[in-house]
Amino acid sequence: MTTPKLELRGVWKAFDDKEVLRDVDLDVNLHEVVCLIGSSGSGKSTMLKCVNLLVPIDDGMILLDDADITAPGVNPNRVREEMGIVFQAFNLFPHMNVLDNITLSPRKVHGVGRSEAEDKAKDLLDRFGLSDKSVEYPDRLSGGEQQRVAVIRALATEPDLMLFDEVTSALDPELVAEVLDVIRGLKDVGMTMVIATHEMGFARDVADQVCFLDQGRIHEHGPPKQIFSTPQEARTQQFLQRIIDAGRL
Amino acid sequence: MSERSSLDEFGGGPSLLGPPHAPRGQEEGTRAALIAAASTVIFIAVALWAILSSPHWPAVQNQFFNWDHFVIVFPKVLGGLWLDIKMFLFAEVVILALALAIAMIRSLRGPAFFPLRALAVIFIDLIRGIPVILLILLLGFGVPALQLPGVPNGALFWGLTAIIISYSAYTAEVYRAGIESVHESQRMSARSLGLTQGQTLRYVLVPQAIRNVIPALLNGFVSLQKDVALVLILGIREAVREADIYAASTFNYTGYVAAALLFIAVSVPVARFTDWYTERDRQKKQSVSA
Repeated sequence: MTTPKLELRGVWKAFDDKEVLRDVDLDVNLHEVVCLIGSSGSGKSTMLKCVNLLVPIDDGMILLDDADITAPGVNPNRVREEMGIVFQAFNLFPHMNVLDNITLSPRKVHGVGRSEAEDKAKDLLDRFGLSDKSVEYPDRLSGGEQQRVAVIRALATEPDLMLFDEVTSALDPELVAEVLDVIRGLKDVGMTMVIATHEMGFARDVADQVCFLDQGRIHEHGPPKQIFSTPQEARTQQFLQRIIDAGRL
Repeated sequence: MSERSSLDEFGGGPSLLGPPHAPRGQEEGTRAALIAAASTVIFIAVALWAILSSPHWPAVQNQFFNWDHFVIVFPKVLGGLWLDIKMFLFAEVVILALALAIAMIRSLRGPAFFPLRALAVIFIDLIRGIPVILLILLLGFGVPALQLPGVPNGALFWGLTAIIISYSAYTAEVYRAGIESVHESQRMSARSLGLTQGQTLRYVLVPQAIRNVIPALLNGFVSLQKDVALVLILGIREAVREADIYAASTFNYTGYVAAALLFIAVSVPVARFTDWYTERDRQKKQSVSA
């Protein structure tokens, strides 16, 4: 059996007294798309930030390609070069234009020359239909465009694992689709992804595996068909019922 | 309604107020300007009357506002001002760079940087606790007395060094406030792209921070323009010292007034520029959010 791309083993995390992750186990295989669902505050975001080492874990371990990235002495910058993360609030750098946002990390962290980095950035902008925006500043872009640029910025360092933290939650409804389409495109080229989302229809379509989180625990996980059609756990059923009642599935 | 009828009594009639549905904002604006002008004139008149009617005014006028003395002392003070200008321009450049370095050191996170951070905090605390004039005296008289080999011994050098050190401590705190005003998510996304702490500060946080604190930095610059004159206690012949020397030999203080006028003339443009910049920045932000 091949080793998973990403593995969480018994991960615990508390902020002060509040436990946000409780004994979380998860395997993500190469080219697999895992969607994390659950209400706000269930620990989805924290889980992704722990994987990116933006938030240190209290107990357990996280393995990337079978190497413990939470061991002491690991350089987080080297780990982060292997993966990209996109946040809910885009977080583009407002003082830089689109091209500089995208090429900052390739140039400064990966030592790529400016012209090479810009050529690659322009290819990516082309691919995602943003080629005419390369010299715009973020505040001149729509939310959907900003988020697509944020995805490109994360892709520019050629990660082989992408993390998405509720990337459509801050968008106007009509702009959600353009960002989800980008993620679908990444699935088609075999990107390994962990996606925290409130878009249930999208999760059902795109995920190979869905995890339902509640109060910091993974209560149920399995293929989307099983989770969305025949959920086993009472909490999962309740959660999905509320989503259906709200007309979101 | 009462407003209109009271105006009617002055014989202006309704025509003074324009058509009944004239834009009310304009009407009120004109009225506000008239009130402002009238109250300013009255205020100045009262203040002048209070001063000029004082029985001691002629003596004060002779001591401080004497035209004959002014003509003699003004060129001397102006000559001294040139040194002040050179001092504050040079000092400002050094302060902006040094303070930024201190602020960046203080903004580093993680236990590995604790010693550096602690040094920055101690420096800022100590320097801000010492009156700048005391620092000028200590360095200006103290260091040259040591006669250290290879170290400059000039009073001007050490006086200006004292001012640079003192202002750097304050300015570092201005920068730090700016760095902390940049949202945490900016730091997080920079780190998530693999940037080190230093790179995050340099490329992401500091450029945004400086934009936020430019008005505060300009304010500090206005303050520095006058504080460089403090080196006069080391005997350096800048503008106020020239006025001082003149006053000591003639017992006439018109030179101080001349120096004050010159310092005002230098600082007002910077103050106006600061307001202009702040206003432009505000409008930019509004147009973006609209």
